[in-house]
Amino acid sequence: MKLTQLMKKIGTFGAACSLALAGMSAQAQEEDTIKVGVLHSLSGTMAISETTLKDTMLMLIEEQNKKGGLLGKKLEPVVVDPASDWPLFAEKTRELITQENVDAIFGCWTSVSRKSVLPVIEELNGILFYPVQYEGEESSRNVFYTGAAPNQQAIPAVNYLMNDVGIKRWVLAGTDYVYPRTTNKILEAYLKANGVADEDIMINYTPFGHSDWQNIVSEIKRFGSQGKPTAVVSTINGDANVPFYRELGNQGVSAEDIPVVAFSVGEEELSGIDTKPLVGHLAAWNYFMSVDTDQNEAFIKKWHEFIGNKKRVTNDPMEAHYIGFNMWVKAVEKAGTTDTDAVIDAMVGVKVPNLTGGVSEMLPNHHIEKPVLIGEIQDNGQFLTVWQTEDLVPGDAWSDYLEGSKNLIADWTDPINCGNYNTKTKECLGAEAAE
Amino acid sequence: MNTTGQPRTHIGRLFLSLLLPLLLCVCTTAYAQNEEALAEQARAIAQASLMKRDDAIDALTQVAHPRVPVILSALLEGNLYSDDEDENRILIERADGSLENALTGESLGTDIDTKRIPVTTRMRTQIRNILARLNLDSENTQTRYEAVQRMIKEGIDENNVELLKARGEVEDARLVNETIESALALYDLQSDNERVRLSAIKSLRGSLVGETRNELRRLRDYDPVPAVQEAAAEALESIQTKLEFYKLVESIFFGLSLGSVLLLAAIGLAITFGVMGVINMAHGELMMIGAYTTWVIQQLFPDQIAWSLAMAVPAAFLVSGLVGIAIERGVIRFLYGRPLETLLATFGLSLILQQAARTIFSPLNRSVELPVWMSGSLQLNPALSLTLNRLYILAFGLIVFFLLMAILKRTSLGLKVRAVSQNRSMARAVGVRASWVDAMTFGLGSGIAGVAGVALSQLTNVGPNLGQAYIIDSFMVVVFGGVGNLWGTLVGAMGLGVINKFMEPWAGAVLAKVLVLVMLILFIQKRPKGLFPQKGRAAE
Repeated sequence: MKLTQLMKKIGTFGAACSLALAGMSAQAQEEDTIKVGVLHSLSGTMAISETTLKDTMLMLIEEQNKKGGLLGKKLEPVVVDPASDWPLFAEKTRELITQENVDAIFGCWTSVSRKSVLPVIEELNGILFYPVQYEGEESSRNVFYTGAAPNQQAIPAVNYLMNDVGIKRWVLAGTDYVYPRTTNKILEAYLKANGVADEDIMINYTPFGHSDWQNIVSEIKRFGSQGKPTAVVSTINGDANVPFYRELGNQGVSAEDIPVVAFSVGEEELSGIDTKPLVGHLAAWNYFMSVDTDQNEAFIKKWHEFIGNKKRVTNDPMEAHYIGFNMWVKAVEKAGTTDTDAVIDAMVGVKVPNLTGGVSEMLPNHHIEKPVLIGEIQDNGQFLTVWQTEDLVPGDAWSDYLEGSKNLIADWTDPINCGNYNTKTKECLGAEAAE
Repeated sequence: MNTTGQPRTHIGRLFLSLLLPLLLCVCTTAYAQNEEALAEQARAIAQASLMKRDDAIDALTQVAHPRVPVILSALLEGNLYSDDEDENRILIERADGSLENALTGESLGTDIDTKRIPVTTRMRTQIRNILARLNLDSENTQTRYEAVQRMIKEGIDENNVELLKARGEVEDARLVNETIESALALYDLQSDNERVRLSAIKSLRGSLVGETRNELRRLRDYDPVPAVQEAAAEALESIQTKLEFYKLVESIFFGLSLGSVLLLAAIGLAITFGVMGVINMAHGELMMIGAYTTWVIQQLFPDQIAWSLAMAVPAAFLVSGLVGIAIERGVIRFLYGRPLETLLATFGLSLILQQAARTIFSPLNRSVELPVWMSGSLQLNPALSLTLNRLYILAFGLIVFFLLMAILKRTSLGLKVRAVSQNRSMARAVGVRASWVDAMTFGLGSGIAGVAGVALSQLTNVGPNLGQAYIIDSFMVVVFGGVGNLWGTLVGAMGLGVINKFMEPWAGAVLAKVLVLVMLILFIQKRPKGLFPQKGRAAE
């Protein structure tokens, strides 16, 4: 009894607080603004990655306002904190759209938070820009995926290892949740399609925040000592990476023996790590802070000025927000209104420059074109680009290597207008394809 | 064989081309004509694109000049720079941070704007292979061992077998010697003479070098002579038995080292929860405070990384201990005897402390550096190496444990703590200031959590979430070992660690954790008071 009463009290208190805050911000604003929702966790486990993205959005909005805003109005950021709590992401989305009347939301990091926002954003017909690399197998009319799909990160990385480094044996190591599981399923299918035998693939999953890697690393060492060049493809997430790389270093496994290519280790993560044991290991992204272009230099300069700290780094999801925000601005200008349906239609085909020297286009499947870069970790926490695709790679919502999604495409333009269109049977699967 | 033979001879030629000129250099004093070539090739390395740089490295090794290995080592370590103003000037950074001219070794001071010449893993491998020959005579045993390992990996052929033989005659480190013997035997396996092959197999029977197994497997399956096939199969089997044994030893070590981490995390809790009966959900955050203390110490004394841990241990004990006392005085003392409310209050406290860490130190992880003496491993033989940081933490955990035992058993504070925990009113009746003892005990438990945080900073991330990862495990250990019994905590921690590590290989890390929890629940059903229940009236 006591416990439930207490919980209730805490609940009402929290609700009252957030209402009061919302009321305050509502009063402070001018009538004629365009509201942009920022849905990133500022507390809890994911705060480590998402706080930076909130700051990036504030910077981009401030920048746009300096240029005179949008459609003659000022942009106004509405920041909420979903606190790394997945159901709260859905609630906050509802709050942003119904109470705050935002015209677009930039947010989410983990796939599970995106999945929890998905039904709400579709029901209320909002717009979400999702800036993180993810497992694909999804395309919603209301979501624009500015991060990498598997064919823009995982597959090119494996190609590089296979063709340029000559890797014959593969360890697919990941944290136990949807992104690594799906990515590894795609990679396994891809490797087998390329003639890699079953016994040359080792798959390993570990819980979130796994910190004792001793016997897994020793297992990898044994797996790699069979006379064939071996590499680890790591979808290990977040905090588990540090103990993993430390254990590799301590057990004497260097990048020259068994290189590790990671999809979740970027500049931001490296800034919290002693990078000595990581030097030479690889990461695949669509952007590195070390990329030498004028746009990137300007972006880094702006970021340092905005955040007031020269040591802060930039990373791939920040670039994704940069691209996504600029695309949205362009689409709104093109449509002449912030009306959701008009903007969604105007988005497809919008082209904006990215930070690596190319021009990215929003595709009909709501994914974008990106270059793929492979970099080696340097001891200063930056990447040295050792390989990159010649052209931009268009994002593929449905993987070509999975049995269930081989024939599916997403196309949100007429006449198909469907997130999971089967090219063989020529029909739209609708909600069924999620199964 | 032909396909693998190609790169070998190529590398062999490389070795030769590097070494022969080097030898010549020693004999002749006039290498003036080489100066120019050296300057040209060094420039080529600096200016070549990343993709072309390995050709430039090859070209440099063709130059006969004593500075060649110096330049290559510098490139390997990332100490090779080009001058920002004069691209043709190549510089090497010395260990003390000053610069020297790469071509002449002339000292140039420190105030030059430089640009690092980047090096990729492929180039590092290439350079290491080139340098392996030179490292064979290094003074460092580990370097020699690695050099032999590298030569084995690249394949032993007529070019390097003589060098290995020569080294083997003067080598006195057992590990290196055994590896050289394996290398020579591996070379003999390629012989056309079946007797040589047979005797080589014989000498490889005990070898744990990874490549041996691959070669033996090849002989077992493809050798034209049945006797050789049989011998190879037999040798493989004996190696396999040996490997199994070392794998077992390794697993036990892994288990104990995980156990020592659990012990460190749980031992403070064993005091606050076990002895005092306070369910402190903020225990993990006290560890987090200890870990952050380590980081702060490293920031305050950036030149003393090697000593930072020695300074951090007492500092973390004090800081966490004081925070603990503040928590006890401020919150817990009002809630004695009301476990549910203590639980909720301390849980709230843990959230406050986490968010405080986010606000003070930023939500990003802080990078705690590993002192050099903590990294690396103790190589017992090619199949078994014990990582140093784990060994130190194992020892450290035991030291902390026995120190705490001594405090509780031998000091007057310990006596009072035991008295209060056994019978509060009786202890007060004989003049013990129970509330003071409570604060000190809680401070002691919290301080030890801080010390555990120092150890954890060497293993995992230092960030606001550090504590959460260990709180459940700590409670598990204390409950499993028996509440109120320190020996139980020791045995419980080590037991859980070893069980976990033996289960992981076949169940996977996720399932192993689940299974351990299920086993623990079943065990508690059978023995609700844990492994070592308290006996007597005090247990009531």
